[in-house]
Amino acid sequence: MSESLLSDITIFVLSLLVGFEVISKVPSMLHTPLMSAANSIHGIVLAGAMLIALTANNALGYVLAFVASAFAAANVMGGYVVTGRMLKMFRKRPELPDAAAPAPSAVGNGQVSASSQVTGGSKS
Amino acid sequence: MSASGTLVRLNAADIVVRLSAFDTVVYLIYIAAAACFVLGLHLMNSPVTARRGNQLSAAGMIAAIAATFAQLIHHHATITATGWIVVLAGIVVGSAAGLYSARTVKMTAMPQLVSLFNAVGGGAAAIVAINDFVKLATAPGSPSVAGTVAVATALDVLIGAVTFTGSLIAAGKLQGVVSGAPISYPGSRVVNALLAVVMVGAAVWLMTGTGNIAVLVVLLLAACGFGVTMVLPIGGADMPVVISLLNAFTGTAVAMAGFVINNPVLITAGALVGASGSILTKLMADAMNRSIPAIIIGGFGTGDTAGGAAIGAGAGVRTVDADDAAIQLAYAQKVIIVPGYGLAAAQAQNEVQTLAELLEAKGVDVTYAIHPVAGRMPGHMNVLLAEANVPYSQLKEMDEINPDFPRADVALVIGANDVTNPAARRPGNLISGMPILDVDHAKAIIVVKRSMGHGYAGLDNELYYDPKTTMYFADAKRALTEMAAAVKTLVG
Repeated sequence: MSESLLSDITIFVLSLLVGFEVISKVPSMLHTPLMSAANSIHGIVLAGAMLIALTANNALGYVLAFVASAFAAANVMGGYVVTGRMLKMFRKRPELPDAAAPAPSAVGNGQVSASSQVTGGSKS
Repeated sequence: MSASGTLVRLNAADIVVRLSAFDTVVYLIYIAAAACFVLGLHLMNSPVTARRGNQLSAAGMIAAIAATFAQLIHHHATITATGWIVVLAGIVVGSAAGLYSARTVKMTAMPQLVSLFNAVGGGAAAIVAINDFVKLATAPGSPSVAGTVAVATALDVLIGAVTFTGSLIAAGKLQGVVSGAPISYPGSRVVNALLAVVMVGAAVWLMTGTGNIAVLVVLLLAACGFGVTMVLPIGGADMPVVISLLNAFTGTAVAMAGFVINNPVLITAGALVGASGSILTKLMADAMNRSIPAIIIGGFGTGDTAGGAAIGAGAGVRTVDADDAAIQLAYAQKVIIVPGYGLAAAQAQNEVQTLAELLEAKGVDVTYAIHPVAGRMPGHMNVLLAEANVPYSQLKEMDEINPDFPRADVALVIGANDVTNPAARRPGNLISGMPILDVDHAKAIIVVKRSMGHGYAGLDNELYYDPKTTMYFADAKRALTEMAAAVKTLVG
């Protein structure tokens, strides 16, 4: 067994334990956003999909690269946007039904929350 | 293998001697991204910080993707023009589709969307392994795909493909494109078992390092087939468990893809999702009093229109009309609303919130008791009520609210059945041991229900025969509208 595989297995096992620890503290009220957030996180497979391009040089390679990138990008983008949209609906009190949501504006996510506000507004 | 190829694989054994400054930075960014994912999930432990958690996680994702882009640019020598085009086009198309569906999806359709994201995530993970295998197997004079990479490759393709087709079927069932009832045909179990045997056989063959592309194709096809035959016989009511399980599968597939291409952030992210999915699967199965193998084998759960013959409404139950119900509710001090899937199915979230607001204006203390499996995925009911502007401070988990029932003047049960059945406390029936809401401890109970039909466990609900219980037979939306109107005219 190679050293790199051993370090990979170490990462895997420790991450699993961290995952169990962190996620068991999430209240059931937030389980749907949690699952959606976890969904966005597995969109990281986009990194792997993009790296296919490094060696793709025939039709099969290109098709695989395209499909994998498209799938993973949909996963990432959709996952984060919809999670943000859901979390925005969890309010303390209904007095301020619209815009004036108290949450601090996004860090590296401005576009996402702006877009979800538009959707939320038009739906209500 | 070329030098750049070795570097891109970020071979940990080579880090000390051969990793360039550039690749070191990329590796460090990946570790930072993984940390963001963990912290992001950690912040999900409260609705106050959850949004920040999602933003932090997104920031980590953006950093990881940017680092991957930088890597592509740095090693651009091996990338063809077409390679650039297909990847960039894929990202644009995928992002647009993801963005559109995320912005337009209705909250009731959330389980379908999550299922679709599971499908594409699992599919992409499988493709990463397929590509790696094909590349190594066809490269002239290359070493065969052997040993440990072969194990990860086989597992990735197997789990990824099962998740892909299984999640598509699950999404179809939730959307109503595929029948929500358990679908089985003569010999379906045999077909299922046969596919499983072929799938596992091909995977083991690949793991031994002697497989070729034909074996990979067999594995892929068998796994895709198995995903379909695994989910088809599962009833709509078991969907919360199935979605959670497929979520765990996707995570595991992504982690395996991380092993295949030796990328730490894929391994970490995949393991996190695997853990999350497993926990939710266990919670859901426990809350439904089902074992996971029993659900996978299928045949017990039924569709949305719960089975069991409806018995007559007159059989020993008392009914109530809108006016009486309104008086009970309006003069109560404490009302606990127990929403079930029937509420979401009738799209009556806004009506229940309207009634609750009227009662609150009268000074009634209103809270919602949410059973873990209310809805079509874990925590679904909370999202539906949050969308209807119910503040989260009123949403109470089962363990939190159960001690409050004896102090409640009225428990208003809307479209929930098995999760309120006191029979669960006694041994010897289908739902024995299932965690339930202690609705029968309330001083009075009003049950809104379309008929005396059974829940999906096919049991009579003893709650309905309780002398404290009155039944209001109507669709949830109509019942709540009528009650709200009655509250307004009688006491408003």
